[in-house]
Amino acid sequence: MIQIQNVSKWYGQFQVLTECSTSISKGEVVVVCGPSGSGKSTLIKCVNGLEPVQQGKIVVNGTAVTDPGTNLPKLRSHVGMVFQHFELFPHMSITENLAIGQVKVLGRSQDEARERGLKLLDRVGLNAHANKFPGELSGGQQQRVAIARALSMDPICMLFDEPTSALDPEMINEVLDVMVELAQEGMTMMVVTHEMGFARKVANRVVFMDQGRIVEDASKDEFFGQPRSDRAQQFLSKILNH
Amino acid sequence: MLNNLDFSVIPLALPAIGKGLLFSLQLTIVAMIGGVILGTLLALARLSGGKWLAGAAKVYVDLMRSIPLLMMILWFFFLIPLLTGRPVGQENSAMITFTLFQAAFYSEIMRAGIQSIPRGQVNAALAIGMTYWQSMGHVVLPQAFRNMVPVLLTQTFILFQDTSLVYAIGATDMLKAAENAGMLYGRTVEMYLFVSVIYFAICFSLSMFVKYMNKRIAIIR
Amino acid sequence: MNYHWNWDIFFQTIPSGDETYLMWVIHGLGWTVAISLAAWVIALVLGSLAGILRTVPNRRIAMIGDVWVEFFRNVPLLMQLFLWFFVVPELLPRDLSLWVKQDMPAKEFITAVLALGLFTSARVAEQVRAGIQALPRGQRNAGLALGFTQAQTYRYVLLPMAFRIIIPPLTSEFMNAFKNSGVAYAVGVWELVFVSRQMVEETGGQVIESLLVPTVLYIVCAYAANRIMAVVERRSHVPGFIVAK
Repeated sequence: MIQIQNVSKWYGQFQVLTECSTSISKGEVVVVCGPSGSGKSTLIKCVNGLEPVQQGKIVVNGTAVTDPGTNLPKLRSHVGMVFQHFELFPHMSITENLAIGQVKVLGRSQDEARERGLKLLDRVGLNAHANKFPGELSGGQQQRVAIARALSMDPICMLFDEPTSALDPEMINEVLDVMVELAQEGMTMMVVTHEMGFARKVANRVVFMDQGRIVEDASKDEFFGQPRSDRAQQFLSKILNH
Repeated sequence: MLNNLDFSVIPLALPAIGKGLLFSLQLTIVAMIGGVILGTLLALARLSGGKWLAGAAKVYVDLMRSIPLLMMILWFFFLIPLLTGRPVGQENSAMITFTLFQAAFYSEIMRAGIQSIPRGQVNAALAIGMTYWQSMGHVVLPQAFRNMVPVLLTQTFILFQDTSLVYAIGATDMLKAAENAGMLYGRTVEMYLFVSVIYFAICFSLSMFVKYMNKRIAIIR
Repeated sequence: MNYHWNWDIFFQTIPSGDETYLMWVIHGLGWTVAISLAAWVIALVLGSLAGILRTVPNRRIAMIGDVWVEFFRNVPLLMQLFLWFFVVPELLPRDLSLWVKQDMPAKEFITAVLALGLFTSARVAEQVRAGIQALPRGQRNAGLALGFTQAQTYRYVLLPMAFRIIIPPLTSEFMNAFKNSGVAYAVGVWELVFVSRQMVEETGGQVIESLLVPTVLYIVCAYAANRIMAVVERRSHVPGFIVAK
């Protein structure tokens, strides 16, 4: 589903990604973790072309993202993405937020989009808030709406960029629950997160990054059992003993 | 068409235009210094004065800010002789108008600057035994002033451009000097083009300088 | 100071005979409003365009917006007016130049609108750019991630919020358009400044009356502009989103 091959990226002189390679097959859930500044958020933004890469190749569902001729809007329309700061559109009601992409990008009718949006809103347990605006919801609620918005486009895979790191602790679980459910339904997911509990529960594989490199790319059991690299061991002990 | 232009008269007109520019700059500097001093006093009156003083300062500032400068220039030009019984001349009239007018704008900037200083700063100053006015003079105003330098300069940028409006009362600023020279030599188009370039050069440098100051201050914070 | 008030001057007829000064003032107000509103439309359209251009990812295209702003904000308005009125016609091809100088209808009015509109557009562009850049960077990404093109992202995501944020500074610019419109007198548009100067000269020193009425009318215009924008701000208010006063 997603192939990342030898990807390198620079901001000016500064190299943020160095020859990263990994792949995610259909139905797989891959958690990407690592210390802050390790390049994991940058990497996930490269997958749907929000960040350009200078070297290497990224292929999503047979389409080369890194090819300059690729129709990126079309590709992104079926790759869902959830952001750290939710990024709901503050000037639109929740219903409108859920409908806008379906109507303007997929060309669905208003009624159809609305119906689908409400169904997804029900699924994330926020039916009662359909006519509110994002500013009137809590962070956890906003993030659940953001997940519903991504799902409204019927994505073939989902990218999560630190979906819980801007949330108050008591709201993290309501978002993780939705994500766990999604994973159990067989959605292909790439998740940048520090939530190791989530990784243990649903991840198939864990990718560990440090200083722009993929240091470790292992199955869940291997990673939590005996990580090969020192960096990953240190990272794990810091996070788990916290 | 362009090939009919004759810029050879510009050297002849340079002394007159230079004199005009000098007046534009002089007017800017006088109004800036006078305006900042008066504006700071107005801001202090609004923030720390009694009810009446604060009210009067607010009325003054609001009035000045709601009247077009061009009308203000005419008001002072015709009103000062009525009040004093003798004409003061276009140049002096312009200086008085610009100082009083700009004071209103500078006062709003200084007020925002003073209010942006955390309350704790005043408390700290009072705690070491300063009086309220000492805390203003030694602690609050210096910080407010430094934080507001870019905004004060932006206002001065507007002020410099506005000096061209003294054209309305016939004071000889750079624009008027260019017009006079243009009529004298029959080369209005060239003169206007020439002073436009000078205006642009001065304003562009000033706005670059403001940008530079903004960056520097952002780093200091 | 002994000043003889004489409000009757407004009901006296002008030297040429067929109108009262009051009618003059009313016509003056009409021209002031016409210049300001027409210029504001130009400023909003071109200023928004230039402001948007300055924020697009492509640096070369963004430069066009930058140059536009630098060009129109670094020369005083009155100077720009003279450039459009006296200089530009001389630089046109011969036939067009002749037509502009001799036959162009409402030449003074159109030049004044153009000069004020372009001057104000640079300031509007500055605000639009600031508004777009004030939005969280993730908003653009969120739009793109949904499959919007750049243009759609601007249309549905960035601009609706950016314009809401900048209503307060745009309100000042709208009021400034009225206040700055007075320069049109310098090329002979019979607007309020022109009328009041003329009245001071012709009424034998009824200075205060001649200046006070146009001044009050300017304040009324600027206040009306302010109220119109307040209505726009209220209508476009987004629940749960606090716009800084």
